[in-house]
Amino acid sequence: MVSNRIKEHPILPIEKKKNIFFYWNGKRLTAKKDEVISSALFANSIKIFGHHHKDDKAQGIFCANGQCAKCTVIADGVPVKSCMTTVKQGMKIESVEGLPKLPETDEHQISNIEEVAYDVLIIGGGPAGLSAAIQLGKLNISILIVDDKSELGGKLVLQTHKFFGSVEDSYAGTRGNDIGKMLSHEVKENDKITVWTNSIALYVYKDRKVGILQADIYKLVKPKVILNAAGAREKFLRFKGNSLAGIYGAGAFQTLVNRDLVRPTKRLFIVGGGNVGLIAGYHALQAGIKVVGLVEALPKCGGYKVHADKLARLGVPIYTSHTVLKANGEESVESVTISKIDANFQPISGTEKTFACDTLLIAVGLESVSEFTDEAEKAGITVYAAGDAKEIAEASSAMFNGKIAGQMVAKEINNDVTDIPQSWYDKAEILKKEPGKTFEYNFPKQEKGVFPVIHCLQEIPCNPCSSICPTNSINMIGDPIMDLPVYEGKCVGCGKCVVICPGLAITLVDFRNDDNYPTITIPYEVKNHTVNIGDKLICVDIDGKYLATLKVEEVIDTKNNKKTQLIKLKSPKNIAKKIVSFRVQDKEVTQPLEMDTPEIDDDEMICLCEKVTAKEIKKLIRQGITDMNQIKAITRAGMGPCGAKSCDNLIKQLFRQEGVSLENVEKNTRRPLFVEVPLGKFADGGKK
Amino acid sequence: MNTYDVIIIGAGSIGVPTALSLSKKKLKVLVIDSQHSPGQVNNKKAIGGIRATHSDYGKIKVSQKSIEIFSTWKEKYGDDIGWIANGYSFPAYNKEDANKLKELMKIQHSFGLNIDWISPEEYEKKVPGIRTKDLQGSTFSPDDGSASPLLAINALYFESLKLGAEYKFNESVNDLYLENDRISKVVTNKGNYRSKYVINAAGNNAKQVGKLVGIDLPVKPDSHEGAITEPVERFFGPMVVDMRPTEGSANYYFYQNNEGQVIFCITPAPPIIGTDSDSTSVFLPQVAKRMIELYPRLANLKVRRTWRGQYPMSPDGFPIVGKSKRVNNLINAVGMCGQGFMLGPGLGELLANIVTEELSNEDKKALKSFDPYRSFSNIEQFK
Repeated sequence: MVSNRIKEHPILPIEKKKNIFFYWNGKRLTAKKDEVISSALFANSIKIFGHHHKDDKAQGIFCANGQCAKCTVIADGVPVKSCMTTVKQGMKIESVEGLPKLPETDEHQISNIEEVAYDVLIIGGGPAGLSAAIQLGKLNISILIVDDKSELGGKLVLQTHKFFGSVEDSYAGTRGNDIGKMLSHEVKENDKITVWTNSIALYVYKDRKVGILQADIYKLVKPKVILNAAGAREKFLRFKGNSLAGIYGAGAFQTLVNRDLVRPTKRLFIVGGGNVGLIAGYHALQAGIKVVGLVEALPKCGGYKVHADKLARLGVPIYTSHTVLKANGEESVESVTISKIDANFQPISGTEKTFACDTLLIAVGLESVSEFTDEAEKAGITVYAAGDAKEIAEASSAMFNGKIAGQMVAKEINNDVTDIPQSWYDKAEILKKEPGKTFEYNFPKQEKGVFPVIHCLQEIPCNPCSSICPTNSINMIGDPIMDLPVYEGKCVGCGKCVVICPGLAITLVDFRNDDNYPTITIPYEVKNHTVNIGDKLICVDIDGKYLATLKVEEVIDTKNNKKTQLIKLKSPKNIAKKIVSFRVQDKEVTQPLEMDTPEIDDDEMICLCEKVTAKEIKKLIRQGITDMNQIKAITRAGMGPCGAKSCDNLIKQLFRQEGVSLENVEKNTRRPLFVEVPLGKFADGGKK
Repeated sequence: MNTYDVIIIGAGSIGVPTALSLSKKKLKVLVIDSQHSPGQVNNKKAIGGIRATHSDYGKIKVSQKSIEIFSTWKEKYGDDIGWIANGYSFPAYNKEDANKLKELMKIQHSFGLNIDWISPEEYEKKVPGIRTKDLQGSTFSPDDGSASPLLAINALYFESLKLGAEYKFNESVNDLYLENDRISKVVTNKGNYRSKYVINAAGNNAKQVGKLVGIDLPVKPDSHEGAITEPVERFFGPMVVDMRPTEGSANYYFYQNNEGQVIFCITPAPPIIGTDSDSTSVFLPQVAKRMIELYPRLANLKVRRTWRGQYPMSPDGFPIVGKSKRVNNLINAVGMCGQGFMLGPGLGELLANIVTEELSNEDKKALKSFDPYRSFSNIEQFK
C-alpha cells in the first residue's frame, strides 16, 4: 500500500518516530508510535472507516476532533473514535459495518470520583486560553487550564504561516506553531498553573462543578471563576452528496496534515474563501497536495487579500460568485460540480464545471463554542469568554483578548489588581477588525538603488514590516496596525521586510548592479516544490497573471530567515516592480473534466449523524413547526453523537429559506455531555 | 369567545392522548400549553418503558389499554413510534425481594397478566453478562415493552390534529373563572375560552391549576435524571429494574431501545423536590457505579446525552384522576408519578369516557385506584 506520510515539509520538522504494526480488518499495516488510529489509517490510504447503520453509506473522518462519531472503528473489540484513540502495537482494528457490537467483559473498577478546587478554570489551551493563563499566572492564585489535545496551543499548533496582527501584542511575523510553542512553554514554566492535557470539559453542572475527563479519568472541578476559551466549531454546508466520505472541515484537514503529517488527499477542492479556506489551501500546497480550486459564493473572498493572492499566484484558481452544486462519487468524493451564482445566490444554469478531486474541504465559517459560558451562567459561576469562544476573529486577536480576559478574571478574584487601560480595549478592537478597503497599487517611482515594493493593498490588522525595518523606512499611513504600509526613505536592501511579511507581499527590486535588469527578491515558503539556481520560473503579478519566464539567480535559505526562502531573479525593468511571485502548480491540475457528471438523486443531508435530509425537515417546517426540539423529536436531527453541532445551523438556514424568522423559532435545547464518554468512566475515579 | 366541548390544560403525556380520544368521539377540543410544541416538559424526559405489570387494578387496566394502542399504532396509522415488546424484568438479589416480587406476581396473575419467575440461568440468557452472584431469579413479563415518547407524542398529536383537535402553544392559563361551581371561562395570557369540561393535565403545574379554583391537589414534582447512550447491536432483552435501595438512591432501571441505545434513570433518595431541570454532577457517577457493578459490560458503552425531569408525585405513588366534587366541570388527571407516558393513551380513553358519560364497569373500577378523594395511605411499593 502507498504511504501517505509527509516526508518533507517546508516548515514543519519531521520527527523520526518508531514504526509499530496493527491490523485493519485482518490486514497487517504499519503505524507510527503514539499517533491516533485515524491518522494511521489515512497514512495507509484507508479513508472509509465503516458504513452507517441507517443508510449503509460510507463513514470516514469528519471533525478529527472527538466531537462527532463518524470516524468510529472497533479497536480490540471496543467501538472507539479513531481520531481520539492512539493506535497500539498489535491492535486489531476493524471497520464498523452497521451498529457496532458491545464487547463482553467482566472486568470493572468502581471507585469514587475525585473533586478538586481551583480559583480559575480555563477551558481551552489555545491562543486565548494560554494568553489569559500567562496574565493570571502573575497573581498568587490557583489556575487550572484544560485542553483536549495532547499538546497545548490549540489551533496555533496547526498553523505553518506567519501571523498577522501587531509585533508587540501578538507575535506578528512569527509562525503560528512557533507562537504556540512559546506560549505553552511560558504556561508550563509557571508553577501556579496546573495543566491538564488530553482533558475534555464535559459540562458545567448546576451544582457548580465542572465534569472533566482528565486523560481518561473523570474528575469534578470546583472553580471560583471560569474562562471559556474553548474556541469555535466549523459550520457545515448543505449540498447534494454532502454526506460522502472525503468531505470535511479545515480543522480536520490541518490536524491530519500539519499535526500528524499525513497526506489525506491527492487532489483537494476547497469551499469557502475566508481566511480558514485560503490558509488551508496554502497548507495543502506546502504538504505536496494538489489544490484543484476554491469556490467562494461572494463576489470577493472574505479572507485577507494577501492570502487569496498567495494562493492564486501559486496556481490555484479562485472561483468567486460560485457555489458547490454537488459532490459526486460512489462512496467517497470523486469529483465536485460547481456553478456560477446570480445576485440572489441562485445557480446559473449552463455555467456548471466539474473537477476531479478526492476531498472537499468545507470552510464556510466558524461558530463560537459558547456552551460552557451558558452553562456556567446557569449554574451561577462567574464566567468570562475569550478568543473564538467569545467572538470569531484571528488568533492574533484571540491572544490579545485572552490577555484582557485574564486581567478581568484576576480583577474578579483580587480587587487590588490594576484596572485594564482603555488602550487595551482599543487595540483589541483593531486586532479583530475585518479587512477594510482595498487600494490601487502605489509603485515606487524610483528606478535606481534598492527598495521594497509593497504588494499589500488591503487594510488588515498587520504591521511587522513597519516594526522590523532597520531604517524606519516603512510606515503605516494612519493607524499603526490597520492602515497600509508605505515605503519612503532609505532602503539598505536587508530584506527583513520581505522575510517577515506574513502575506508574502513584499519584494525587493535592486537596480544597483544593472540599470535595465534589476534583481528582484521574492519570498518563498513552498520549498517542497524545489527551486534551484538556473530554474526557469513562471513569474506572475499580484493576481497570478503571467508576466515572464525568468531564470533563478540565487536561492537564499538561511536559518535567520526562519524557513522563508528568498529567490532572486533578474527581471526586465518594465515588469520588475509587478512581479510578486511565481507559479508552482501546473495548469493541468486545475482543468475541469470534459464529461458531464451523472445527475445524483441524493438529497442534501442536514444531520450527518442520524442521516436526516433537508427534504424531511422542510416538510415539517412547511407544516408549521417552529420548535427545533419538535423537529429533533420527530426526525432525530440533532440527536446523534455530535449533539446538533453541525445540523443546528443548517436547520436554522432552512427556516430562513422557508421564510420563517428565527425570532419565532424555538431553539434546540442543549444538554450534557459535550462529547460521548463511556459509562465506566463515571464509575471509576481511577483510585485503587 | 371560542367555545369548546373540552379544554385540556397541558399538551403532555396525558393531554395529547386525551385530546385524541376526545376527538375520536367527535368532541370539539382545545389543548392549551405554555410550551412551544407537544411533550416539551416531562414527556420527552420519560425513558419510554411501558408495562402493565403494576400492583393495582387501575394502573394495570389503563396500561393494558396503552400497550394495545402503542403496539398497534404502526399498523393502524403507519408511523413508527419505536415500539418493541422487549418485556420488563425485576431481578432479585436477596430472598426478601424475591419473596416480595413473587407475592406481587400472585396479584398480577389474578389480573391475567403475563409474568413469570425465571431462574438465574434463564435470566442470564436474556441479559448476557449480568451479575449472577446472589441472583435469586427475576420476574419477566414479555408483553411489556417500550416506545419512543418523542415519536409517540408527535404521532398522537398529528392524528388528533387530523381529527380536528386544536392546540394553543406558548399560551399559559392565568385564571379559571367560576360561576355556580363551574368553570365558566378559561383565561390565558392571549385570550378567553369557554368549554363544557376542563381537564387539568398540567403535570408539574397541576397543583397551581387546582389552586385557581381553590382546590388543593397533593401533587409535588420531584426530580430525576436520565441518560441515553450511543446505539449498539442489541445485546440484552428486557428493561432491567434494580429495586434495591442504597445510600443516595432508591431503584434504577435501564433498557435498550428500538434504536439500540441504552436509556437509564435513577431515583434519588431522599427525593429532590422542585422543578429545576438543569443537570447535576451527582447523577452520572451515582448511576454508573450501580449499573457497572450490576452489569460490567455497560462500562464500554458511551453515554451520549443526559437530562433532568420531574415525576409529579402524589402522596401514595398512584395517579389522581377523576371529577372534582367542588367544581362540577373540572376533571383532574394529575400526579402521574413518573408514569404519565405509559398510562397516557389508556388514560386518554378513560377520560374521554368520563366526559361522554360512557364509563364501563371496568372503567369505574379502574378509576377507584385513582380516586382523588382516597386517603392516600396505601403506598405504592413497586413504582
